[in-house]
Amino acid sequence: MSAQPTLSDQIKSAIEQNEVILFMKGTPDAPQCGFSARTSAALTSLQVPYASVDVLPDPRIRQELSALSNWPTIPQLFVRGELIGGCDIVMEMADSGELQTLLGVEGDAEAGDGAAPTLQIENRL
Amino acid sequence: MPTPEELQTRIEAAIPGAKAIVVDTTGTQDHFRAEVSSPAFAGLTRIAQHRLVYDVFGADIGGPIHALSLKTEPS
Repeated sequence: MSAQPTLSDQIKSAIEQNEVILFMKGTPDAPQCGFSARTSAALTSLQVPYASVDVLPDPRIRQELSALSNWPTIPQLFVRGELIGGCDIVMEMADSGELQTLLGVEGDAEAGDGAAPTLQIENRL
Repeated sequence: MPTPEELQTRIEAAIPGAKAIVVDTTGTQDHFRAEVSSPAFAGLTRIAQHRLVYDVFGADIGGPIHALSLKTEPS
């Protein structure tokens, strides 16, 4: 009898297995919320590959994620397994250059070509 | 429906030494932006600083308070 991984386990392993992962409403190409749009655009403009998970298809994703991260809102950016923040923190860090340092890239978050590859994590529910 | 004044009062009452400036960003009393300074933020990551503020409101975030945008700094 093989135990089915729980949704919480799946979220945990996605965070562990992706160096940069953004949980958002919608996708980087089709964000469904202004906060998610701004956060993913900042990452995309830095041309950092990042995984993204759309939390909208199932409300349980958001519930389980917030329970794990102790953070109430979406989006949520994780780098190397650690919650960095939501839109406000990511934008503030992009303006100050801290985000670029954290991600090991140089450059201006506003001036990128916007062509970073994004990985989609399939929502297996 | 919460008002910016109510949010300001709750933040300043809950976080030691906090000064808060709260604005209703949409005029609909459910989207707010708060700038908060407090000596309690010293030495904390931004995540931890924001958590202190979010914790003031608990389940009201995502309920009556649809969105609360934050900027925090130690004072």
